[in-house]
Amino acid sequence: MSLTFAEKVISAQAGEEKRAGEFVFAPVSKIMANELSGYVSIKQFAKYGFEKVFDPDRIILVPSHNVPNKDVVTAEHAQTLRRFAREQHIFHYYELGQMGIEHALLPEKRLILPGDLVVGGDSHTCTYGALGAFSVGMGSTDIAAAMATGKVWLRVPETIRVECTGELQPFVTAKDLVLWLISTLGVDGSLYQTLEMTGPAVSGLDMEARLTMCNMAVEAGAKTGVICVDQTTREFYSEYGIGEEQYAVFHSDPEAACSAHIHLDVQELTPVVAAPYSPDNVKPVKDLSAAEKVPVDQVVIGSCTNGRIQDLRQAAYILGRNKVAPGVRVIVIPATQNIYLQAVREGLIEQFIEAGAVVSTPTCGPCAGLHSGVLAAGEVAVSTTNRNFVGRMGHPGSKVYLASPYVAAATAVKGEIACPTEVVTCC
Amino acid sequence: MLLTGKIHKFKDNIDTDQIIATEHCNSSDPQVLKQYCLAAAKPEFWQIVDNGDMIFGGKNFGCGSSREHAPLAIKGCGISLVVAESFARIFFRNCINIGLPIMICPQAVQAAQNNDKAQVDLGKGEITVGNRRFQAQPFPQFMQGIIQSGGLLEYISQQNEQGGTG
Repeated sequence: MSLTFAEKVISAQAGEEKRAGEFVFAPVSKIMANELSGYVSIKQFAKYGFEKVFDPDRIILVPSHNVPNKDVVTAEHAQTLRRFAREQHIFHYYELGQMGIEHALLPEKRLILPGDLVVGGDSHTCTYGALGAFSVGMGSTDIAAAMATGKVWLRVPETIRVECTGELQPFVTAKDLVLWLISTLGVDGSLYQTLEMTGPAVSGLDMEARLTMCNMAVEAGAKTGVICVDQTTREFYSEYGIGEEQYAVFHSDPEAACSAHIHLDVQELTPVVAAPYSPDNVKPVKDLSAAEKVPVDQVVIGSCTNGRIQDLRQAAYILGRNKVAPGVRVIVIPATQNIYLQAVREGLIEQFIEAGAVVSTPTCGPCAGLHSGVLAAGEVAVSTTNRNFVGRMGHPGSKVYLASPYVAAATAVKGEIACPTEVVTCC
Repeated sequence: MLLTGKIHKFKDNIDTDQIIATEHCNSSDPQVLKQYCLAAAKPEFWQIVDNGDMIFGGKNFGCGSSREHAPLAIKGCGISLVVAESFARIFFRNCINIGLPIMICPQAVQAAQNNDKAQVDLGKGEITVGNRRFQAQPFPQFMQGIIQSGGLLEYISQQNEQGGTG
């Protein structure tokens, strides 16, 4: 019988064939928690009398949301995570100085392998689908239960196959592509389902771009996004000396039943933004900049969506040749310490500072309105992050436009939402 | 179990930032969280809600973050049931896992007005608004087990006592 990728991974973990719509208690390969979801998980874990985690080597803890800690309470949350890691002998605990934004750090350290079934206490855990893993975000009680038993309850999801053909034009990135996909599907267009992204336009994306694509699958309601293993994936692991014999490769059978097939021809796609207050409210930048001029107060370049080295290079391509417009605050956040160091070595950080931006240590802070870049009433931001809900980055009266690093950097230079070609000639 | 309460109606795509902003996620105590519950959608909500009231949401209720603080805040307000046209999946499982009753019933949501009274038979999945009765989608056996236990960890604890987690 033909099976989808999701059905194959879950069946392999469960030890019996499972089909879309069935429920299962399946063993997990890896469990991730940050301090924000994790402190609640650890409280639950203790409350129900669990003493030992099922396997300390399968648990990964990363304080990333409120670090460096912004106040006593967040310091206590981080301390809870730190103490739990020590007590439970959890090796994969990443302290300030070695850490990064979780969804950038775990792929960077090759902690997730293709074929893994991963659960994480954060909705963007779906990012690891780019690695050929089946990876889903969950709440704190789920994570507590998984840490105790090594299992989670799952409903095997249906699959929507998205085939992308054509070639992306200069300055058009995976971020533009995924925003377009979300606008095509709608924010609830793939509820409870797996978004499987295929086709030559996806095969042509490097791993960083794929991580951006899968990161935002949840913004279309998906349980997870996935790009199955190919040569790019194999090379991503072989660079680290990890051969195919060390992981499991699953592909959907061509005849496997899917709930929908979607085709996108990326050829005509131009840079876009998602306007407030929904990630599916997507508009071409050229329409916005021609019609209504959107002045901005703040630009954020970073996050689990777009804080990787390639993203910083794209931003530096524009900021390295220009200055930030007067009155605009620009915050650049390399997603991990390693990316930060690489950006220093490549001279990107110098370019950001000379352009008039500030550069922060890795943190999720501004993306979720936690710290380091919270917006006041009436303020407008362009951000490379993943959500633009009401009050997402601060005051409910503020506004966030989601965009690629190119568009964010061009906007920083113009002081209003702008196409990259308005400030630099084509790359 | 029979529930009776006043309906507080919300539109489509009520996200977790509107249910509880991150600045208030420093606590996971439902009694603290309730003061900020749904503040971005309806600031006065926590003051006008009575114990036993119900939330009727549109499509994709609870989209966004995995934060369990969102259903905890709703539970803290004394909400007895959340009915929606559809739920975002992490919010949906968080509700099941913490034992907050929820139902999917687009027809009931569409028929209900704000401040209407609803009567709900949780066991049968019947929702009565005014004189109209609606049948909610039944939960699979598997989930009913978790709901009846009062939440996921209670369920696991009970299963362990019976010798296995299934």
